[in-house]
Order: sequence, then structure tokens, then C-alpha cells
Amino acid sequence: MITNLTASERRGALLILVVMAIVGLFFAAAGRGDPIALHGALIMVVALAFAFPVMGHLYDPEPSADRLDTYYDDPSKVGMILTFAWAAFAMFVGDWLAWMMVEPTWTTGSAWSSFGRLRPVHTTGVIFGFGGNGLIATSFYVMQRTCRVRLPDQLSPWFVLLGFNLFCLLAVTGYMLGITQSKEYAEPEWYADLWLVIVWIVYFVLYLRTLARREEPHIYVANWYYMAFILVVAMLHIVNNLAVPVSFLSAKSHSLFSGVQDALTEWWYGHNAVAFFLTAGFLGMMYYYLPIRAGRPIFSYRMSIISFWGITFMYMWVGSHHLHHTALPQWVQTLGMSFSLVLLVPSWASAANALLTLNGAWHRVRDDATLRFMMIAAVFYGLTTFEGSFMAIRSVNALSHYTDWTVGHVHAGALGWVAMITFGALYASIPWLWKKERMYSSFLVELHFWLALSGTVIYVFALWNAGIIQGLMWRTYTENGNLAYTFLDSVVAMTPYYIARAIGGLLFLTGALAGCLNLYLTIRFAAPATEALSLMPLRDPVSDAVIQAAE
Amino acid sequence: MTLDVSHDTVVWAAKTVGLLYLLVLSAIIVCYAFWPSRQKEFRDASAAILDQEDRPWR
Repeated sequence: MITNLTASERRGALLILVVMAIVGLFFAAAGRGDPIALHGALIMVVALAFAFPVMGHLYDPEPSADRLDTYYDDPSKVGMILTFAWAAFAMFVGDWLAWMMVEPTWTTGSAWSSFGRLRPVHTTGVIFGFGGNGLIATSFYVMQRTCRVRLPDQLSPWFVLLGFNLFCLLAVTGYMLGITQSKEYAEPEWYADLWLVIVWIVYFVLYLRTLARREEPHIYVANWYYMAFILVVAMLHIVNNLAVPVSFLSAKSHSLFSGVQDALTEWWYGHNAVAFFLTAGFLGMMYYYLPIRAGRPIFSYRMSIISFWGITFMYMWVGSHHLHHTALPQWVQTLGMSFSLVLLVPSWASAANALLTLNGAWHRVRDDATLRFMMIAAVFYGLTTFEGSFMAIRSVNALSHYTDWTVGHVHAGALGWVAMITFGALYASIPWLWKKERMYSSFLVELHFWLALSGTVIYVFALWNAGIIQGLMWRTYTENGNLAYTFLDSVVAMTPYYIARAIGGLLFLTGALAGCLNLYLTIRFAAPATEALSLMPLRDPVSDAVIQAAE
Repeated sequence: MTLDVSHDTVVWAAKTVGLLYLLVLSAIIVCYAFWPSRQKEFRDASAAILDQEDRPWR
């Protein structure tokens, strides 16, 4: 892969790595006694581990000009392997935590494996490690094919992909060391945040450069969603992480915000992370891969445009629904609640658009587990957005907030929507990227699908029950006006649901591991695609004559 | 530092400028999506991705 870089790109890569190694060395040496020293050392080791192979190829001849006749897919390939690796790791930690909630003694006893430290390892690993790599890998794939143009250079995609993974590594190892700024889903400290800003700006510029060079006159709607994801995540990340470090040699920082302003900023960030990281980017994935795999154009292109603007406009205002019945002014809570309800319209427009696209291709959904992943993702997208709007109503939230219902809702979205669409997109792209006829084992894809679906259903049903029981127990009064149950009573009552949740999670994890195995077998052993097959349009032979949107 | 923006000011802004912003933006988007001359472009764009010619145009 390094020999595919041009000589100047190799020199550029080496320069970046050397600068990183020096910065890492500086923090490692100067940050004595502070956890930042360990991170400095980690940055240095990672930079050197990449610098040596680059040095080994520094004076190799220039790559052949033939490369410009193909798309640049190496970063997408590595990104997809990383997506599966993060899925296995982060879902394993998640299920470990689920069993810890059944039996709290199931830790190693040392600080790194306490619930409080592993919980952000799970959330960051899944959202950023698994989801982020899936988004970056598929966005490179989709932007090239929808623009009919090769990536503008070969260095910046690697910088984005590997730089982003360094951020994830700093985040996850930091939590285990006890480094956190205690903002949910934004736990990494100031230096990791600054690094992500650099990576993200390069990502945005790379996307713009590719679009500027495009051969297709129209920018396909999937790119709009990917762009919204990149742009808004940058904005959210910068504002929410505004902080002053204690010193430049300390991992600790203090947020610029305090009190209720801090809470509002955090949940403006938090809910828009759901909106633009976990929704907009994955909608981009859906609007590309679902039509391709079904062999039919999207049901209504107009509806996809209207729901795009609906989602980007409405989501901005809904964060305050996380702060119902708090010190936040009532009218701000009402604003969040109202926009959450209106948001159902563009959300369901997208879900319906996906499902209506499948009209005329339902036989494919039956036969093809990859397309079924995408179909189920659209169903869960519809279910979860309905549930989210419902839970944002203040009186419903009075019952659901602080209970496991919220956790169940999040997992309906993360497992049912985000993970399903990602696995679908990956199973669609992997054979195309590695020039294979198909995934090595269709059985393993089927197995993964059914494990994922049954795991999600068990998980979500368990926590719906758990959450509603908790909420009701906390608000049941005796005749004398005392609370009928202690908090501990409600914890004990959760045991059967927590066992069911941990089993559901285990099924989902097993499915992801089956996917990892299948990925390995496909890359290593699957039969190569014949040229004719790889260029064959994925159209239905029966309806091949004229394919038109069903609208 | 105190912020001299009262609740009433924000409500006034939300009910005038905010409402107009929402309505005008919605109108522009609906016009863009439904403008007759743009329909061919949208139809072509949604069908073009199905063409699996797997190499850049240059």
C-alpha cells in the first residue's frame, strides 16, 4: 500500500509522522507524573510504528500512472477492517458491562475495569470506533462513485482514517487511565479534542476537493448527508469541548461552561451527535447502498431532499429534551419537545422512502441477507425515531427519564439502525472492493443477520420492561404519601431483565464475530470475481428493461 | 457579565424572525424539490448510481 503513494506523498507522510513522534516525545518527557506522559509515549510509538515502513519505501519508484484509471480504495478497505475490529472490541466490552450489571463482582478488581471507566470505552468504541470508521470507509467509497472521480490525493484519506483511529485510541486508553472531562460522548480531554479538529478539517476539505472535481453534474443526495455529518460534527465538537487546560503538560482541563449552560451545551452536542453522527451519515449510507443493492432507484428523490433539510433544520433544536424537569427554563424544554415532535415528519419520510424503494424488490429482500440488513435498519430507524419523539414529550419523559428505557431506546437505534445499515453496507462493498464474486460464506451472513435481529429484539424488549417498571416503582406512593419502594428494591427487580439484556447483547456480539470471520475468509479465500461479473449492473433481470422510481 | 436578553425578547424573536426563518426556508426547499424543470435532473441522478461502471470518468 505504501508503494502506491507517490514519492512526494511518502515524504509528506514521513514528515507528518516525524512531527507527531517529536510532539509525543515532548509530552512523554515533559509531562512527568501526569497521565498525559503516557499518551505522549503512545503517540510517539504509533507514529514511529508507521514511520519505519514509510522510510523503508521512501526511495521506491513512482507508482504507475494506471492507478489513475481506478478509484482509490485502499483506505476504504483498511477502514472496513477497522470497523469490524472496533465492533468486536466495543461490543465485547458492552456485553461485559451488561453482565457486570447482573453480577457486579465480574471485574478484574483493578481501576481500569471498573464500570465507570469501561462504560465510555464501550460507548466511544461503538459510536466513534465502529460507527466512525464505517462512515469514513463508506464515505470514501460513495463519494468517488457518485462523483465518478478518484480521490484528489492519496495521503489525506490516510491521514483522516488513521488520525481518527488515533483519536479513538487516545480516548479509550485515556478512560482506562482515568482521563475524562466527564461530558457524555465527549469524554476525551483537550489534546485529543484538538487532534480531532485537525483530522476533521482535513476530512471536510478532502470531501470538498472531491466534489469540486466531480464528473457527475448533480451531487447525489447521499453526499449531502455525509457532508452534513462532517460539517455539523465539527461545529458541535468545537463548541462543546471549549475548555482551558490546567497546564499544557496536564491532561486535565476545565470546561468554559458551568451549571445549566454546561448541561444545555452538552445536550445540544449530545443529541446532535445522535442526529449528525449516528443519523445523517448513516442516512447517506442508506441512500446509496439500499438502491444499489435493491437494483432500484430511490422511491422519491424529492422526498429525500425535503427530509434532508427537515432533519438538518429540526435536529438543531431538540437537545433540551434531555433536560426536562431540570433547572433549564421551562420554555427551552418546551422548544426541545416541540421540535422533537415535528422531527418525526422528516424521519418517517426517510424510513418510508427506504421501504417504498423495496417495492418490486421484496423477493430480493427474502433471498439476500445483505439487503435484509438494510431493510431492517430502515424499520428500526422508523421505530426509534417514533419512540424518540414520544419520549421527548415532557409527561412521558417524567416516567422514562433516568430509567433503562432510555438505554433501550438508544440501543434500538444503535443496534437496530446504525449497526444494521453498516453491516449491510459493508457486506455490499467488501466483495466489490476486494474484487470477489461474493462474501465467502452466505451462511455466515445469514447467521449474522438472525443473531443481530434476535439480539436486538431481546435487548430492546428487556429494557422496555425494565425501564417502565423502574419508572413506575419510583413514583408509587403508599396511602400515607411515602414512596412504596426504596431505590434498592427497583435495582433488585431488574435482575431478570438485565440477564435478558446481557443475552441479547451476547447474540449481537456473536453475530459481529461471525462477520469478522467471514471478512477474513472473504479476503483470504473467496473466489475472485470475473471482469464481466464485477462490472455487471446489479439490476433485476426480470425488470431490467426500464427501471424507474416507483413514485 | 450579565446578559441583558429577557425571556420576552427571546419569545418575540422566536415568534417573528424564527417563524419567518422556518416558513421561508421550508418554502424555498419545497420549491427547489418540486420545480418542474429540475425533475429530469433528479430522475437522472437517482438512476445514475445504479450504473455500476466501476472506474472514474476522465
